[in-house]
Amino acid sequence: MKPAFFLKEATRSMRRNAVPSFAALASVLVTTLVLGVFIPVVQATNGAANDIRSRVLVDVDLNPSATNAEVARVKSELKGAPHVKSVQFVSKQQGYNEERKLNPQAFALVGYNPLPDIFRLTPTNPNESGTLRAELDQSSPPGVRLVTDPAIVDVQNRQAQTNTILSATRTIKLTMALLAGLLVFASVLLISNTIRLSLFSRRREVEVMKLVGATDWFIRWPFVLEGLFLGALGGAGAIGLLALAKITLVDPLANTFKLISQPNMIDFRLLVIILMASAIGVSAAGSGLSLRRFLRV
Amino acid sequence: MATTERDVRERDAVRVRRAVPRLRAADTHPVIRPRVRPGAETVVEFRGVSKLYGPGGIGLERATFAVNRQEMVFLVGATGSGKSTIMRLLIKELEPTEGTIRVAGRDLEEIERKKVPYYRRNVGVVFQDFKLLPTRTVYDNIAYALQVTGASRKQIRATLPDILHLTGLSTKLHNYPHQLSGGEQQRVAVARAFAGHPPLLLADEPTGNLDPETSIGIMQLLYRINRAGTTVIVASHDNEMVDRMRRRVIELRRGRIVRDEASGLYGSSDENTGELGDRLRRESK
Repeated sequence: MKPAFFLKEATRSMRRNAVPSFAALASVLVTTLVLGVFIPVVQATNGAANDIRSRVLVDVDLNPSATNAEVARVKSELKGAPHVKSVQFVSKQQGYNEERKLNPQAFALVGYNPLPDIFRLTPTNPNESGTLRAELDQSSPPGVRLVTDPAIVDVQNRQAQTNTILSATRTIKLTMALLAGLLVFASVLLISNTIRLSLFSRRREVEVMKLVGATDWFIRWPFVLEGLFLGALGGAGAIGLLALAKITLVDPLANTFKLISQPNMIDFRLLVIILMASAIGVSAAGSGLSLRRFLRV
Repeated sequence: MATTERDVRERDAVRVRRAVPRLRAADTHPVIRPRVRPGAETVVEFRGVSKLYGPGGIGLERATFAVNRQEMVFLVGATGSGKSTIMRLLIKELEPTEGTIRVAGRDLEEIERKKVPYYRRNVGVVFQDFKLLPTRTVYDNIAYALQVTGASRKQIRATLPDILHLTGLSTKLHNYPHQLSGGEQQRVAVARAFAGHPPLLLADEPTGNLDPETSIGIMQLLYRINRAGTTVIVASHDNEMVDRMRRRVIELRRGRIVRDEASGLYGSSDENTGELGDRLRRESK
């Protein structure tokens, strides 16, 4: 292999086929740009969906006459139970204050605090809130019930609310995954089609190379390098535009909009690496693979 | 003192002798060298070769012939008679439906697909439509045939001037194909085919797109290459030109060989390139 020769061939080819090369570069730039916008959007949406899912809770109501020792015992039992991520004690008074804020008129009518002391549990997986409820509920059959304690009166997982949250967030996540898949597919298709068109116009050149005794890889290397350069240039262009948009638009808005400033939003440096790797990888592999059919001479 | 044809011939032979070892040294790949056994003169051998293109499409039918080393053979016949099929079979662009093809004693069927490029480096090919690389200069087009063999820039620089001189292209080095006449383009194609000094050179209708005077120039060039030791097979439908060349003729009709003769027209092999050109011009009037 002669890297210098292949490099020279690749640059010559780009110079001599400026229009198809520019078309390939433009398609890489546009698709990388779209991906660059879409990845953070998908991430932010997923982050928001996950945030909402984390609000799925299971409440364990305690016996009003439970002593402090019994409360401590129940707490340690709950902490040791499976499917429990975190345990938070909400006293009768705290609960009353919270609920009264949400529904002041109803509580004014009642006139006293009907709420018990509770433990608010966050399940390790929001989808398992039903299982967790069954494991703690004292009326569950012994095989299902994992914690038995007379201080536990009732276990609630706010069934309707939980179901709504779970199904809504599931739909959002699935839609985003589908859109992401479609976008990646369309990007690969667009880039490989542009490359194929550019190669199609040079198929006779490839045929001649084969007839004078060039091996497949001797012909392929310059094309792969060309794809690599065009991918890198297109990717760099897209990243430049994204950086400009980040500095001029996103960063100033980050203070105002919580979604943009989410801590789990992708790091820009990581995004740059992912986009560059995808642009270069798809273009180089696309060039090498699309050439295959023209090498059968 | 005027340069005689004999001087020219000796100079050509010297150029060829000088170029070949350089190219062999440059070739770093496992090239399939023609294995001509001592005493064996057959370079190309077709034995009962047929080629069918789908149902009813006969490209070649049970063709049997042999071409000896340093022979110049013309394949003649109308369009679709099977001339190009023979050429394409010889460069392994096509596989025969039946029969055996041997080149320099080697059965072409034995050559694996990935080894075909190494085989092709030993068979120079000239096409009617030149098949030059449009984005390369004359020099680069010819050099490409050497670059594929792994020759270094230095080796190419040392080899190419002789070939360019032989083909009369020394002044056109930096021109692109579209800046050349048809005859010049065909000379580049011949130079590229001959750059690696292959023992076998195939020319498929090399004068098909050229005027009579330019055709004579190309025939002289092929004749010169043949006299330098290369076996040359030319496919042509220009019967008059073929007759004037006075070489062995294999005539094909609908895929069948109907005539194979080293006819009485077979001229003296002592005829030099200049004399050949003069005679061709005289007889074409």
